[in-house]
Amino acid sequence: MYRYDEFDARFVNERVAQFRRQVKRRLAGELTEDQFRPLRLMNGLYLQLHAYMLRINVPYGTLASKQMRKFAYLARNYDRNFGHFTTRQNLQFNWIKLEQVPDILQHLADVEVTGIQSSGNCVRNITADQYAGRAKDELADPRVYCELLRQYSFLHPEFSYLPRKFKIAVTGSPNDRAAVAVHDIGLRMHKNEQGQIGFEVLVGGGLGRTPYIAHTIRKWLAPEDLLAYVESILRVYNMQGRRDNIHKARIKIIVNQMGIEKYRELVDKDFEFTKNGALKVPEDEVARINAYFAPPQYEKLEDQTQALAKIRSGDRVFDRWMRGNVIEHKVPGYAIVNLSLKAPGKTPGDITADKMDAVADLADQYSFGEIRVTHRQNLVLVDVKQSELYELWHKLVELGLATPNLGLLTDIICCPGLDFCALANARSIPIAQDISRAFTDLDELQKIGQFTINISGCMNACGHHHVGHIGILGVDKRGEEFFQLTLGGSSDQHASLGDRLGPGLPQAEVPAAIRKIVDTYFVVRQQQERFLDTYRRVGIEPFKAAVYGEESQAA
Amino acid sequence: MALVKNGELATSSFVDASGAEAIPAAGPVIVSLDQWKAHREALLKRGTELGIRLHSDQPPELIAADLPHFAVVALEFPKFRDGRAYSYARLLRERYGFKGELRAVGEVLLEQLFFMLRTGFDAFDIQSADPLKDYRTALADFSVWYQPTADGRPTAMQLRHKH
Repeated sequence: MYRYDEFDARFVNERVAQFRRQVKRRLAGELTEDQFRPLRLMNGLYLQLHAYMLRINVPYGTLASKQMRKFAYLARNYDRNFGHFTTRQNLQFNWIKLEQVPDILQHLADVEVTGIQSSGNCVRNITADQYAGRAKDELADPRVYCELLRQYSFLHPEFSYLPRKFKIAVTGSPNDRAAVAVHDIGLRMHKNEQGQIGFEVLVGGGLGRTPYIAHTIRKWLAPEDLLAYVESILRVYNMQGRRDNIHKARIKIIVNQMGIEKYRELVDKDFEFTKNGALKVPEDEVARINAYFAPPQYEKLEDQTQALAKIRSGDRVFDRWMRGNVIEHKVPGYAIVNLSLKAPGKTPGDITADKMDAVADLADQYSFGEIRVTHRQNLVLVDVKQSELYELWHKLVELGLATPNLGLLTDIICCPGLDFCALANARSIPIAQDISRAFTDLDELQKIGQFTINISGCMNACGHHHVGHIGILGVDKRGEEFFQLTLGGSSDQHASLGDRLGPGLPQAEVPAAIRKIVDTYFVVRQQQERFLDTYRRVGIEPFKAAVYGEESQAA
Repeated sequence: MALVKNGELATSSFVDASGAEAIPAAGPVIVSLDQWKAHREALLKRGTELGIRLHSDQPPELIAADLPHFAVVALEFPKFRDGRAYSYARLLRERYGFKGELRAVGEVLLEQLFFMLRTGFDAFDIQSADPLKDYRTALADFSVWYQPTADGRPTAMQLRHKH
């Protein structure tokens, strides 16, 4: 994975020193809270309901074991022994003291991690396919371009005070695991007619209170033009984006207001100036960064599928885990192993300090010391020998990290909600816990098949509820929490926004409603059809009738 | 008016008349875009140096053809969070080739000076009891940067591959 050179290291250390001064000025009253707010946000520091929350970047979801150990250390010494992985592949600590933040950031800088621009009205952490460089279905490894964008975006002098936040996601696989269509900029690597690999560039996607699927602004962009083109998109947004209303300030609003054709015209006009300038990505820089992403020293191994089949036939529990959580690797004899942070009754994405250390040890022992974070709030060991899967699985079971529910109904995305977040209207975590307790039968989960439930505690949609097969949105009605369900959302290469099922339900009724939706799905599905495909075929009515009763159809 | 210009305290010889009812009869003057449009001929005839002050919703494209007439372009930050003038500054320097004084006015504070410097501003009307100290503090924050911009400082990428 990428390692800082002298320039990166100096930059990050200088950034910590700068924030130390800013905190000192704040504590001395030289900065008002209004002036300090954007400065702390651009270092990842939020003021939440009970304490400061620190959001730490995991660039494109790639983490070294020593970085994970540092998270464990920080959880123990500066927080309450746990951290929370988010839908943007980041880690959040919830109980942080302002005066300790410069020290925490220095600890992180020592292992090449930052909180830079994990919040604020600027370009946020660049996210990517968690299996980048390993997945069998991948066309090209997107990480070199993620890293170029990371460096390009850090403290960009022109774009640090954008109208609103700006999120970029990249996929190098046609099977989109990075949800690029719901980002401000989505980048999809593909080949043009001449067979050259480049980017399809999408713009103006996003969730929140006004959700949009992104538009394609350019069908194919040469990789060397990536930074120049992104700069042009950002410049048009910086000048044209709305600054009079925070709820209308994202790029999606301006793109949809003026239309994608007009936005493209403005970007192309600017790109005429940027494209052959200093932002052209030099080949030697691509080569320099790519060297860091060279594959690890794989052994020449035979495929172990047959040997594994023998073990699997004798151990049903292992078999289930293999089927659910282990994914094909592009190198023979190796496998990609997903660690579920969604055990029944647990908070999705949460992990204790002890388990962080344990995962770091397992990564060192079984997977070249590398860990990936997924936008669905799980962890991944990307380079495990097939011959060591059974042994690793035993250890994961002991740690409670082997719940075989990857991509199944209880693999729930959930924001922190009103238990922590100052913006939330409702508590999302208890809903996730209730649902995971209501669906513990693993045979049933497998029978239900591929299924996503995404939960947000308010319309800001950090839990991506619009793009869950079932989305759950917490709302506040005169002091009481209700939960609105949407059906049919998806964030993959065929992205769609969910349709609202009906009036909000009280917390206690949500698991039963999910049960009714699942029962209805069993009745109407054809053969092995996924829930999403069934929904797209039959529409919302049968599900509405099941949850709200027949009278709803007359209404 | 006390300014920090090119790293030193300086006194501006310009009177900022952009918010005034009447433009002073003599001496270097900074006018608003509206004043420029209304009194263009008279301003050109007075034989003094001219400056123009643009609001954050007035992109420099509006004065691109007139730039040779101006010794000063003042770009306004109505709130420090309004970042449009960073783009305007780069466009003025890099695209329109403006070589005169580019002055940051409005809510100009220590913690944003670094960005202003890098986008091409060279004069700062800093809201501070000790503007020069603030300027030097901001200047000392970083010795590495990643983006090629108007100030011409070499980026990390350029330094990596200079050999």
